Amino acid sequence: MADGVAGLTAARSRELRSLRRMREGLIWLVLWACALVSVFTTFGIVFVLVHQSLPMFREVSVREFLTGTRWTPLLEPRSYGILPLVCGTALVAGGALLVAVPLGLSTAIYLSEYAPGRVRQVVKPFLEILAGIPTVVYGYFALVFVTPNVLRPLFPQTEIFNAASAALVVGIMVIPTISSLCDDALRAVPQTLREAAYALAATRLEVSTRIVLPAASSGVVAAILLAFSRAVGETMAVVLAAGMTARLTLNPLQSIQTMTAYIVQVSLGDTPAGTIEYHTAFGVGLVLFSITLVINVGAQRILWRFREIYE
Amino acid sequence: MPGLGRIVGVVVTVGLGLAAFGQQTHRAVLSGTVRVDGSSTVYPITAAAAELFAEVQPRVHVIVGISGTGGGFKKFLEEKPELRTDIQDASRPISPAELERARKLGVEFVELPIAYDGIAVVVHPSNTFCDYLTLAELKAIWEPGSRIGNWKQVRPGFPDLPLKLYGPGMDSGTFDYFTEVVVGKSKACRADFTPSEDDNVLVQGVEGDRGSLGYFGLAYYEANRSRLKLLAIDPGDGRPIKPDVQTVRRLEYRPLARPLFLYVSKAALARPEVRAFLEFYLENAPRIVEHPKVGYIALSEKLYQAARQRLDQTITGTVYADPESHSKSLYQLYGLEDK
Repeated sequence: MADGVAGLTAARSRELRSLRRMREGLIWLVLWACALVSVFTTFGIVFVLVHQSLPMFREVSVREFLTGTRWTPLLEPRSYGILPLVCGTALVAGGALLVAVPLGLSTAIYLSEYAPGRVRQVVKPFLEILAGIPTVVYGYFALVFVTPNVLRPLFPQTEIFNAASAALVVGIMVIPTISSLCDDALRAVPQTLREAAYALAATRLEVSTRIVLPAASSGVVAAILLAFSRAVGETMAVVLAAGMTARLTLNPLQSIQTMTAYIVQVSLGDTPAGTIEYHTAFGVGLVLFSITLVINVGAQRILWRFREIYE
Repeated sequence: MPGLGRIVGVVVTVGLGLAAFGQQTHRAVLSGTVRVDGSSTVYPITAAAAELFAEVQPRVHVIVGISGTGGGFKKFLEEKPELRTDIQDASRPISPAELERARKLGVEFVELPIAYDGIAVVVHPSNTFCDYLTLAELKAIWEPGSRIGNWKQVRPGFPDLPLKLYGPGMDSGTFDYFTEVVVGKSKACRADFTPSEDDNVLVQGVEGDRGSLGYFGLAYYEANRSRLKLLAIDPGDGRPIKPDVQTVRRLEYRPLARPLFLYVSKAALARPEVRAFLEFYLENAPRIVEHPKVGYIALSEKLYQAARQRLDQTITGTVYADPESHSKSLYQLYGLEDK
């Protein structure tokens, strides 16, 4: 009898345990599925990009596409060399880094090494606000303020659309990315390193630039790469400020076209679906995606490979 | 050239005055679908007319497509009658081949002129050396691969001044028209000009560069004449003509001005909703056409009356059957020789 009761409770508790296991398993499954969504989305995007750009590569050789220096899919005679778009993108993203790296890195060094706690508490949220301004506002600002009031007085030959104004505002836009990530990297350097340097009579500047910065270099480089990747993919500000003239030039005062701006031009215009012009937008998207993918993977690699580990 | 978004502005500003007026003339409640297709240049006028008509006859659906004039005529003259569009937007008269096809299929149509489209070629207001350009000079500047980057390359005697080019974007009917008549092939154009679908940006661009040259719809020049200098165009006969309402209407400003048309099939006109839409269209055409956001030039009052008469009496056929006719103005073609 007693045995029977014990057996029953044992069976019941086994049942309860298996129920709990099942619930755990279910939750695991749901969470796993959620994680898969982003993976599948990425694969889905890659699939669509490749699939939709294939019709273009039936007409245009990969070699012509990647090495041609004229980009006029919407004009006669048509020409499909993507280099002017890559050049335009590089001009804007490179220019943006010229603005963002010195400012962002100095801000990070100040916040991490110099600023008293109270200042830090005030400045950091302001930087985050910078990241929260809609990019269309930056673009409009570049077009109606930066170009006529800053660039044209300095360089009268500046065109109404130009790469420089776009680079300037995109640079400001990515400052928070750099300063925030660099700040994290700098603060992760152990205090003992600083103290050892101070003990050897180093000044604060020497500690910051010779000890802390080199120790955090992998994080700093990764931050710069991520900012570059963000600048490459930036669309709205560039569409408004830099223009729609695909041109192989390094002159930042001229109107250029970035890869993102071209995709916008095709998406918004009357370009009929199924035509080769339509498929070029996917081809450009594929190149854009590959570039940002390589940069992001590179940034991850640098973080892993060159991370200084202090125990 | 106006895009989709601009139609909204036209409808709001023109529309308020029409609602009351419309209720008087179109009492009967009609329903049905009117299918329109064709030129992207005529599209803004027809689309605005369709939107305004919806306020008067909300149960009639006017569907306006953009296939280009040639593509539109294909749909207007489909093999199967049930696939044909009712109304065709055309930025040129019907061609001999299309006319032949219509005859073969037995499609009778009424031809209605509705507006003029003119292109203004403009330079910076401080430009004193250039008053006119020949068609050949324009072609040399704008053709694909053109290396002209300085005014001194345009004509001997012009100063050493960098040439900056502005023009409508590739989706614009004005771009298609300009490249077609200036370069000789639609969409054939050098790539290194500054394009914008927004005429206001073009005006800003031209007035901001001392060496600028740009083009856009003539009406847009009228709205900004103090900020720009308008050029005369010499079609090649040594007589440069400046565009204005008169030279456009008399077809003297050539080839950068042209009449725009609607073609409606006689079969479709038997349906009251099609006829009501076209009556409404012609009545309101001057206001829609000359609205700053549409930007064309209206026909004279007499020509609208003539068009109205053709519609009312269902006078079929084209006045452009004779090849000679293309060099004549609408006044001459419709027998309205006036001064």
